[in-house]
Amino acid sequence: MVLLAAGRVGGEVVPARAQMATTLGFHIILACLGIALPSIVLLAEFIGLRRQDQTAMRLARRWSQAMGVLVAVGAVTGTVLSFEMGLLWPGLMRQYGAVLGFPFGVEGIFFFLEAIFAGIYLWGWRRLAGWAHWWSGVPIAVSGIFGAMSVIAVNSWMNQPGGFTQQDGRITSVNVWQVYFNHAAVYEMPHMILAAYMVTGFTVAGVYAAGIVRGRRDRYHYTGFALGFVPAAVLTPFQIFVGDTAARAIAQDQPVKFAAMEYVARTSRQVPEWLGGIYVNGRIFAGLKIPVLDSLLVGFGPGTQVTGWDSVPPAQRPPAVWLLHLCFDAMVGLAFLLLLAGLWAAYEWWRRRRLPPQRLFWAAGAVSGVAAIVAMECGWVVTEVGRQPWVVYRLQTTSAAATTNGGVITSLTLVIVLYAILGAATIAVLRMLARRWRRGDTAEISVPYGPPPPLADKPTGRTEL
Amino acid sequence: MAADTVGGILLAGITLYAVFGGADFGGGLWDLLAGGDRRGQLPRDLIDESITPVWEANHVWLVFDLVIFWTAFPHAFAAVMITLALPLWLAVAGIVLRGAGFAFRKEITRLSWQRAAGATFAFSSLLTPFFMGTVIGAIATGAVPANPGHASLAAWTSPTAVLAGLLFVAACGYLAAVYLVGEAARRGDQRMRTYFTRRAQAATIVAGALSLAALAELHGSNPALYARLTGRALPLVALAAACGLAVLILLAVGRLTGVRVIAALGVAAVVWGWGVAQYPVLLPGTGVTLSNAGAPTDTLVAIVVLFIVAALLIGPAFIVLYALQSRRLLRDYEDES
Repeated sequence: MVLLAAGRVGGEVVPARAQMATTLGFHIILACLGIALPSIVLLAEFIGLRRQDQTAMRLARRWSQAMGVLVAVGAVTGTVLSFEMGLLWPGLMRQYGAVLGFPFGVEGIFFFLEAIFAGIYLWGWRRLAGWAHWWSGVPIAVSGIFGAMSVIAVNSWMNQPGGFTQQDGRITSVNVWQVYFNHAAVYEMPHMILAAYMVTGFTVAGVYAAGIVRGRRDRYHYTGFALGFVPAAVLTPFQIFVGDTAARAIAQDQPVKFAAMEYVARTSRQVPEWLGGIYVNGRIFAGLKIPVLDSLLVGFGPGTQVTGWDSVPPAQRPPAVWLLHLCFDAMVGLAFLLLLAGLWAAYEWWRRRRLPPQRLFWAAGAVSGVAAIVAMECGWVVTEVGRQPWVVYRLQTTSAAATTNGGVITSLTLVIVLYAILGAATIAVLRMLARRWRRGDTAEISVPYGPPPPLADKPTGRTEL
Repeated sequence: MAADTVGGILLAGITLYAVFGGADFGGGLWDLLAGGDRRGQLPRDLIDESITPVWEANHVWLVFDLVIFWTAFPHAFAAVMITLALPLWLAVAGIVLRGAGFAFRKEITRLSWQRAAGATFAFSSLLTPFFMGTVIGAIATGAVPANPGHASLAAWTSPTAVLAGLLFVAACGYLAAVYLVGEAARRGDQRMRTYFTRRAQAATIVAGALSLAALAELHGSNPALYARLTGRALPLVALAAACGLAVLILLAVGRLTGVRVIAALGVAAVVWGWGVAQYPVLLPGTGVTLSNAGAPTDTLVAIVVLFIVAALLIGPAFIVLYALQSRRLLRDYEDES
């Protein structure tokens, strides 16, 4: 899919884009967990401390252990992306590094705070007192949000570049705040932060819903489900509102991307909305056409003019409009299904003070995490492929940014193999932890390699005094 | 002026990564050399406990340095990324495998998998500093052109660059071993104290020998850099040597007060010696200097401000982290009630 999307352009740019897509697509899931999981763990610990709730407390401790693995993998895969900015896109960094570097610098500060306090929070469970430990986690959650804002500042700047002047190909002045709070940042930042909370909340909920589907109907599983599901479901309508606002802004700011998302070939009024459908050579197959709806959505009136991709020459249009459209539809469709699941639970709670007993609800809950991840990935495909052929919208093409080095296909292959192993190992380690918890096998082996020695063998001071 | 300040900030960031990140990599080196499951258990335990809560925070210095490099000196950054793509890719691979291997090993209980994860962690702890060393060696010897079109194998496989890679590995081992001597002493573990004292001494001697070899090699291959290292950078080079000797002596007599600081100072002196030797040129052999590498003054000023804010926020946070760590308040879960 990624390779297809990268089509049309030759040279190293195709494998470079595929590699960026692979590594970013992988890291973004961990990034979501890095942004939002601390908040959910803190929520569990808060309930555990405030209500003396042992179940919530145990969940917080276990999630924190899983977070240790996820934060580590997220930290290193994030570093890969930092290197790739230069290794894959030296043209971009050479030209615009001085402009887009500032938000990255801000992100660096929050990455530091996140890593420092993660070191304290994750490893301080045993020795730090209850509320002191809780507070040590707060900076992680806060810097997760600000760090995400900073990274999205860069991405939105690529969509709506501004805040600098250029002379003879050299950057002559930069207004860092205009770069950070660029035109697209206003909607991209909340969109991604909400997405991170939805992905994390539904993923956590999905784990426990799967257990409930398998018959583990105990307080532990219901609590675990609710702690993830409730925040995610509450945020879903806000996300749909932000997404809708974003789409309207994109219709203005990046009309060609929007035209591809909505199959608007020619600039016109009374534009129909296509649900699904595959665009091939000017015809749309298997789609559901709703007359005038697109114009209504864009400008609240049937006469609203929507810019089509005919407004720019073919070389300036994104490749594979069908991919963009289907990804956009998938993202929106999944968001509405998730909203529905939330409404269902809310209705049952309102009328009967319980969660829905139906198996269908729990089956939906079990896949809600995957659904949220797919929706988020689709959103990234839309924004990234939709900006093509530009890396910096209307200023630099992706092929001008790509490395002039050969051999990207080799690094791409190695990256795919490495990330497949990394992904499988991460999931295997998490599942192993879960199995161990289920068995009630609480003996942690803190010594690397092999059976723990009898206490007498340990150096003095190792044992608890 | 702003460019010089940012150059200093970048060098400070590199120093901090070398000292803190380097010690974590060195831990991996000693883990690799610790022998079989039984024999290596005590040192591995000590290494694991020392690295666990801090390595991620220490690792962020690398990201911080990269960001400052590309923001303040984008032209030099792009040139380095193109010319030295291969060692950089290998260093990145090492970073991924090191972090993942380390994190996985902690949570795995089956011995054979633990071994696999541990070996991945330990071996990649060796690779990353080596390739980073070759990158710095390549830059210092002027092997990176201002407008490269393609990667160069010769740039980072020159004797100097390879020696720099080996020196980086040795320096990591030296920092880690000195640090672990202190850790062992603090928990009153005589066996581990002796164990790491021997290794710290060996690493100091190896690092010193490699430094001398690199200098001798430069004398023939790159007289310009040699002249500057023994010219205006001489005080720093001498300081590095003095620190190495001081560490050797202090370890021999068993006085550990301040030995870690002296060891770190030695590494810092090497980094600043390199910086002073090539100031104000960023890519030796080209016209790319601190002030003409592509960023306008606005950006440079923004970085200085950012660094001040960062120091105010991150400095205290790091102090809290290290203080808790040194009081051994950050430990494994072990129990779960």
